[in-house]
Amino acid sequence: MKQNSKRVNDVILQTAAIIIFFIIVIFSIDLFFAGHYSPGGGFIGGLMTSAALVLLLLAFDSKTLANVLPIDYRLMTASGLLIALATGLHSVFLGRPFLTHAYGKFDLPLLGEQTLHTAIAFDLGVYLVVIGITLTIIQTIGESE
Amino acid sequence: MDLLDILIYISLAILLLAMLMMLYRVVKGPTTADRVIALDSIGIALISVVALLSILLDTTLYFEVILLLSILAFIGTVAFSKFLERGEIIQHDRDNDL
Repeated sequence: MKQNSKRVNDVILQTAAIIIFFIIVIFSIDLFFAGHYSPGGGFIGGLMTSAALVLLLLAFDSKTLANVLPIDYRLMTASGLLIALATGLHSVFLGRPFLTHAYGKFDLPLLGEQTLHTAIAFDLGVYLVVIGITLTIIQTIGESE
Repeated sequence: MDLLDILIYISLAILLLAMLMMLYRVVKGPTTADRVIALDSIGIALISVVALLSILLDTTLYFEVILLLSILAFIGTVAFSKFLERGEIIQHDRDNDL
């Protein structure tokens, strides 16, 4: 079953993967910001982003992905955990219980009056942790040798 | 219960029957390709079930579930077909590997 010829030509898969990669990334950003009142959030957004990266891994190879996106995924996991922990701890220094969130209404340019919430920073931490852990696992068990 | 609801329930029953048949093929299937294609079709049928449920419950919140399931089914299809074609899923160096 293993063909292993150097002349395998999958130009359709590679061309489609480059376009679909951006569509999935845009959908994951939408899911990430939708997470407060509707389905979505940092976890599923991170899973979708890592699905897009897995699609690139399938269409190309891990060396190409390391050239295109030179990211150390373990560092990404650690920084995500640090962001989430800092968001939880900042309320402790203000004399509130752990993980108390702050929010307020702001008049943003172009967007009008919007509510900003510190839960988005916590979600950003979750997002980075999910991408980091998923790609570390896939790259560790997916490599042949 | 109007006509649309009755039709949706009939469609759900048909989809359930189809998924049971596919499940039989997943368990029984003589070759790997049969199991792979059956699992893939179960994913597609699941998308139809979610779409019918979102009509039945009159909500648009499930649309994101449909999009998400179809993206995952697509990536699964690509991974399975690459496995059947090449024998390995993630290559390290595409041009120089034997």
